[in-house]
Formats: sequence, structure tokens, C-alpha cells
Amino acid sequence: MPFFEAVQLALTSIRAQKLKSFFSLVGVLIGVTFLIAVVSILQGMNVYMTDKFAGALIGVNTFQVRSRPNIQTGNSTEEQQRQWQRNPRLTIEDASYIESRMTTPARFARAGFDQVTIGWSGKEAKQINLQAVDAEFFRIKHWDISEGRAFTPQEVNIGASVVVLGNELAERLFQGRDPVGQTISIGGLPHRVIGVVAKQGTLFGISLDKFVVTPLTSPARRLVNRPHVIDDLHIQAENPDQMRQAMAEATALMRVRRGLKPGQPDNFYLESAEGALSEWDKISKILFLALPLLVAISLVVGGIVIMNIMLMAVAERTREIGVRKALGAKRRDIMAQFVVESATLSVTGALLGIGAGILLAFAVRALTPLPAAVAPWSIGLGVSLGVLVGMVAGVYPARQASRLDPIAALRQE
Amino acid sequence: MSDDIIRLEGITREYLMGSERVLALRGVDLTITRNEYVAIMGPSGSGKSTMMNVLGCLDTPSAGSYWLNGHEVSRMADDDLARVRNREIGFVFQTFNLLPRASALANVELPLVYAGVSGKERKQRAESALERVGLGQRMQHKPNELSGGQRQRVAIARALVNEPSILLADEPTGNLDSATSEEIMRVFGQLHTQGQTVLVVTHEPGIAAHARRVVVLRDGRVHSDRQNPSPATVAAA
Repeated sequence: MPFFEAVQLALTSIRAQKLKSFFSLVGVLIGVTFLIAVVSILQGMNVYMTDKFAGALIGVNTFQVRSRPNIQTGNSTEEQQRQWQRNPRLTIEDASYIESRMTTPARFARAGFDQVTIGWSGKEAKQINLQAVDAEFFRIKHWDISEGRAFTPQEVNIGASVVVLGNELAERLFQGRDPVGQTISIGGLPHRVIGVVAKQGTLFGISLDKFVVTPLTSPARRLVNRPHVIDDLHIQAENPDQMRQAMAEATALMRVRRGLKPGQPDNFYLESAEGALSEWDKISKILFLALPLLVAISLVVGGIVIMNIMLMAVAERTREIGVRKALGAKRRDIMAQFVVESATLSVTGALLGIGAGILLAFAVRALTPLPAAVAPWSIGLGVSLGVLVGMVAGVYPARQASRLDPIAALRQE
Repeated sequence: MSDDIIRLEGITREYLMGSERVLALRGVDLTITRNEYVAIMGPSGSGKSTMMNVLGCLDTPSAGSYWLNGHEVSRMADDDLARVRNREIGFVFQTFNLLPRASALANVELPLVYAGVSGKERKQRAESALERVGLGQRMQHKPNELSGGQRQRVAIARALVNEPSILLADEPTGNLDSATSEEIMRVFGQLHTQGQTVLVVTHEPGIAAHARRVVVLRDGRVHSDRQNPSPATVAAA
């Protein structure tokens, strides 16, 4: 029997029993929905992690020279932790050493940070992240200034008592009044507000706008670190290749400066988005490994349901099978009819699943910050799995049908 | 030999019912030539149904030989029998056996589908078969939109569409009232006069009376086989 006829026949019987057909393909539907949605969400998370997480926390093409890791992702051995604790602190002189000797074109900003309490006009904001930095920090972070201005290298040189506020902190403290020109107290030390950084939003629900930035040399810096000590040196290259080159250079320079022998481990740490993301990569790989298993389970269940439905269909249509055989249908004709019918049923489920998966992905995109996007390959895979499950599930019932004795089949009521 | 459509030689068919062997046919010899109109009669238990199944190539005899249109079909395997049924035999059943969800046209096209006739030709041939039985106006109707007589005409069109060697009807009027029965028997009469070989299996003498030759089975054997000198005729429509 021609393929097209068989598909038409199958669609006719699906249409004749809409509700029953729907329930029979729910398993496949769920499996494929899951496949499409999870793949799109995982890919969305990947984009989110690389763009937003890495971009916001570390910066594009940027790495930090530190004494130990800042973003603690995942597992490091206790031995490793202790090693990091023993590392000497990074100093302003270390930073100058690297900056003056680095040949790869790059931007540098020294930085230190700690939690402080900010006061203005009797109001207090606690647990605010104070960052004492070089002027280049604004460019490395790609921060836009929404009000006032950023501080200049000159202000860093003279240690001016100025600050730039994060958007949320400015709103909380000044409640609609213009913060520029006001004087706030940082741990009792007066600093003049010269600007506000544009709103950046949240990351994992944590505000990125609750901070205050001050020149590396301002009076408030003493709340952050001992003299000469900094937390990190931010180095931004122009592209990923140059960043890798700069990282290699920074490692070599630090080893020379610290007098490390070949064989001795680094007593400092380079933090990059790549490093911070390696842990996420592991998680997403595990999820991608678990996904096939979950999809497989629902598809197996879906296949069993379809097989049962097809066995019922064969039983119900015994007489039809008898008629077809009497009219000259060979075994393989009957076989093909039921396998195609089963596959059509399953593909219908897969197509509905793809629709549901796409809707789910759009919902995630609309309701969460994850830029979930449907991967074309997952649609192709969904359809193929639908065909496969249907055919496999249809083989046994179809075989039963093809082996019916036409006389007995015709006698059936 | 060339005019023999059907030649049965010593056809025996036995079944196992539990541990008991039942002989449904006990050595039937029968020859039917081209363009005969034969009624096969007999009371229930006479082997009539088994005879019909063997003649229709739905069943194979336990012993004996069956030549259909020059081919020995008594030793054929499943799929070869399917091909023979498709090419050589047109079935008409008591209960019509139309596919309920398919239109009259689609039902008639079915044997052509299995014969591998493609699209356009299939439709043309099915249409002309329906026209031949007077249903040219009802091709798109589903079986449940047709009367009993019309359904049986669709079934006859389906049986004829592959131009089979024999038209094999099993109690074709069993589910019809007497007026409609007459109508159907008139169709058979017309087909016979057009050259079709017709076999009707029935237990009704009134139906058998239309045939030119009546074969009576009893206890699995041919009890009588005689020409019908004055076949009942139905006035042409």
C-alpha cells in the first residue's frame, strides 16, 4: 500500500477518535515537550551565564589577578583552600609591576572592596559594597553614568573624597532627591557624591546596584584594606586571544616578582569568566546527560501506551483486516498500514509536544530573565524520536494484525 | 482446459476441533467453465462455507488439487494466495463488509490499491465499476449513508473492479428484503450476460433458482449437480 494512503488512513482513524488518540499520545507529547523546553532553557541559561553572569561579575575579555579566588564555584580540595589562604596579599606595587611590564595592550584597574555602612542625613544603609578603585574601573565594567560623572585619574592621584553611587543605593538613601553634590558618610568619613551609575538590574535575584565606588586613594579606602594592599588587579584585553596572552604574561610576571622557582606552584590566582564558568559548564553537561534519560523514560512509557492502543485497534478492526486480506492485502500491506498508523499517531504527539515545548520556552523567556531560545536541532530530534517510537511501538501489533487468519477475521462481529 | 476457470479434484478439508477430526469436505470434484452462473447450495453443516473459503482462496485444502484459471492454488503460501484473491476473485459478502469510514469510491478502490494501481487510473476504474452497478451518483457517500441494496451494489462494484475470473457471492441477499434481493439478483444476471463467471453460495432455493447450474453439497460431498433448464429471470429495470 502506498505510503501516502497509509498516512491518510491513519489520520482518519485519529480524527475519528480524537480523545482516545490524544490520551494515547500524551506520553510522547510530554517527552518531546520536555526535550524542547529543557534544551531551550539550558541554552538560555548558558547565554545568561556567559553574558550576564560573567559579563557583570568579571567583565568581557577581563581577568583579575588576586591572591585567591573570589567567585567560589564548586569543588576545590581542602588542601587547595589552605594553599590559597597562605598566599601573600596582592599589593599596589605588584599591580604597578605588572602594569609597567605587560606588553599586551590592556586596561588596568586596581581595586579593593569591603562591606560598609553608609549614612546620610540620619539615614543609614548597611552592608553596602564599597569599592576603592582606579578610574579605569568604570570603563572595564562598562558602567554608564546616569547622573553626574565618574571620577577622574587626577582625583585618584590626589585621593579625593568623592564617591559614585549604585542606582539602588542612591534611590534608597536620597529617595528621589538629587544625590549629586550631597555629602555622605562612609564609616564616619565624609565623601561628596559626584555621580550615579545607571541601573544594572539583578543577577540570580541579587541587586547589582547596591554599591558605592570611591578612588583607590580616597580616605574611605582605609576601611577596605591595609595600606598598599589591594584585593584585585583588573586587566581587560581587547579580545579573547589577547586576553589569554595577557593572562600568560601576568602569570609569568607574578612568578618572577614573587621569586617562584619552576616547579613551585603559583602563590596568586588569576580569575576569569572562563574559570568561573567552568563549574557552570560541568553542571550544564550533567543536565545535558540527564536529559536523554528523562526524555527516554517518557518516550518508553509513551511507546508502551501507543503499543497498547494499537493492539486494541487491531482487536477492534479484526473484521476490517479480514476484508482487506480477502481483497488481496498481503501481510506486508497490513503490517505497513499499522506501523504507519502507529508512527503517525506518535509523530502527531511529537508535533504537539514541539508546540508545547516552544510555548514553554517562550513563557520562560517572558517570565524569567533567562533568554530561552528553541534550538532547531531539538525540533528535528523531537520529530525523529516521534517517528522512531511510533514505528517500534507499532511493530508488534502490526505483526499480530498481519498474521490474522482471514476466515476467522471475517467471521468476527 | 482453457475454458475451465475452476477445477477441483478430490478436495478434502479437515479441521481439528479439540482432539476430534472433522471432515468438512470429503473429496469434492467440480469443474466450472468460463461464463457459468453456478449456485452452490446445501444445508448448514454440508461444507458449504468451507467450499466457499476454498474457492475464494481464503483457505487451502488438506488434500486434492484446485486449479484456478490455469494455476494450481491448492499449495500456495499466504502472500501468493493474497495475490490470487486480488486478481482472480471478487468477493461479495452477506454483510457487505464495506469499510465504514471510507466513501463508496474509496471502498471500490481498495482492491486496486493492493494491486498497485496508482492514483488516477485507480479512481477512473473505481468510478466506472460504480457506474456499472448504477451508483454513479453516490460515489462520495459513506456506507451508513446508503441503503442495504446500495451497499451491496458498492460491494459488487468492489468485487468487479479488478476484473476477476470469478465473482464469488456468499449469501449476497441474506441481509436484504425480498424487493432488494431481486434487485441484486438482477445485477448478477446482467453481469452474467455480460460474460462474468458468477458463483453464488446460498441456502435459499429462490436465490439459487436464478443460476443456470445448481450444485448441492451434502455431508462434504457433491450431492447433486444439474443444469437449471428455466432460470428465474427478473425483469430488467
